[in-house]
Amino acid sequence: MPERRDLRLRVNGVTYESTVEPRLTLVDFLRGELGLGGVHVGCEHGVCGACTVLIDGRAARSCIMLAVQASGADITTVEGLSTDGTLHPIQQAFLESHGLQCGFCTPGFIMSICELLEENKSPTDDEIKETLGGNLCRCTGYENIIKSVHLAAEKMRAL
Amino acid sequence: MKPAQFEYFAPETVAEATSILARYDGEAKVLAGGQSLVPLLNMRLARPQALVDINRVPDLAEIREDGDRLLIGAMTRQRDVERSDLVRRAQPLLHEAVTLIAHPQIRNRGTIGGSLAHADPASELPAVALALEAQFTITGPNGDRTLPAQDFFVTFLTTALQPDEVLTSISFPTQAQNTGSSVQEVARRHGDFALAGAAVTVTLDGDRCSDARIALFGVGATAVRTSGAEEALRGAEASDAALDAAADAVRDQIDDPLTDIHASSDFRRHLARTMTRRALATAVERARNGARYA
Repeated sequence: MPERRDLRLRVNGVTYESTVEPRLTLVDFLRGELGLGGVHVGCEHGVCGACTVLIDGRAARSCIMLAVQASGADITTVEGLSTDGTLHPIQQAFLESHGLQCGFCTPGFIMSICELLEENKSPTDDEIKETLGGNLCRCTGYENIIKSVHLAAEKMRAL
Repeated sequence: MKPAQFEYFAPETVAEATSILARYDGEAKVLAGGQSLVPLLNMRLARPQALVDINRVPDLAEIREDGDRLLIGAMTRQRDVERSDLVRRAQPLLHEAVTLIAHPQIRNRGTIGGSLAHADPASELPAVALALEAQFTITGPNGDRTLPAQDFFVTFLTTALQPDEVLTSISFPTQAQNTGSSVQEVARRHGDFALAGAAVTVTLDGDRCSDARIALFGVGATAVRTSGAEEALRGAEASDAALDAAADAVRDQIDDPLTDIHASSDFRRHLARTMTRRALATAVERARNGARYA
C-alpha cells in the first residue's frame, strides 16, 4: 500500500479533509477529489497556466504543487468567483469583450488576473502583459483578453 | 498519477531535514518551491525515493541586512525578492535578475535557494551569484559551512551540496558606490529560459572602470565568469571601444557553448558578446547616473 497523508485545506471558502498519496498533484486533487473541473489540466509541467489557482491569495500553478503541500492553505478556483449566479466582474468582462474563444485557457487567465487586479486597480498594458505572459491562449485571443482586463478593472473600480 | 511513488517528509527543522536526507543517502531530494523539481517528477525524469519538503521549516524565508551584506533565506520566494525595497536598494542586480525568472505565477512559488541549488546553467541567479561573489551557507548534520559561489556550482544541475546538506541562506555584498549593474538576456518567448545572457557590474572612478564583473549564463555547463574580459576593463576608460573590447574578449574566451534545438553554438557565442556589450553599456550609464533604476 502506498503511503497516504492527511490533508486539510480550505477551497472556495469550504474546509475539506482528505487522505491522499503524497504524489497526487494539487490540480488532480481539486479536479478528481473535489470535482472542481474548472481547474484545467494543460501541459502538466508548469508552462501553460491553465491550472492556475490562488493559493493564499497568490496565483500559482496547481499542476506543479503537491496536494499535501497545500495542507493548511486557502485556495480559490474559478468556481469560487461567482456569487449566487452572478458572474465575477472579471468573468463578465471576458464575456462582454470576447476574451475567450474555446475557453480552455480562460480559468487560468482569470485567476492570474484576480491577483493582478487585487493589487493594481488600473494596470497598464505592459503590466497586464507581464502578468499574463504566464498563461498561454492557443486561440490567440490575447488582444481581447487584454481588453477584458481593462474592462474588468473598470468594473471593479466602480464597485 | 504523474509522479512515481516517493516517501514524503515535511520536517519542521533543518536538523530534522538533514537527518532524513542522510538516512536516504542520496536517494532523497529537497523540495523547495517545486517549480523545477515537480515538473521533473511529473515527467518521471526524477524518481527520488523520498522528498524532503522544507516549506514548513520556519525562519528559512527572510531578507535582511547583515553588516555590509544582504542576506536572503533560501526559502524566500522569488516574488518576495522582486518586491523587496531592501533588495532593490542594496543589490539592484539581484532585483533585476529575479524579474526575468519565468512568470509571476512561477515566482510566487519559486525560491531563491531552490533556483540556485537546481543550478540550471541557463538560469539567471547562478550568474548573478558568481558576478557578485555571493556566499552560500549550507547546513549539514555536523553544522554549517560557507562556500563562495565559484565553489558552489560544479557542473550541469550539480552543486557542491552533499546528499545530506541543505542550502539555508545566501549572502550578497551590497552594491558599492559609483557602481552600476545590468542583466541582459535573449529568450524565444518572454519568461522562457534564456538562450544566453550576461550579468555584469561596473564600478567607475571618474571616467575609468575601477572594477568590472562579468558572468554569462546559457553558454556552458555552469554559469561562467570571464575574468579575462574583466581584466581588460579594469583601469580602462569606460569608452565604447573599451566596452567593445571586453565584449569581444567574452566572445573569444568562453568555451564552445551548447548546440541544441533552440540555438547553435555559434549563435550562443554571438549572443554572449551582444548581451555582454549591452549589459556593460547599461551598467556604465547607471554607474554614471548613480541611479538605482526604477
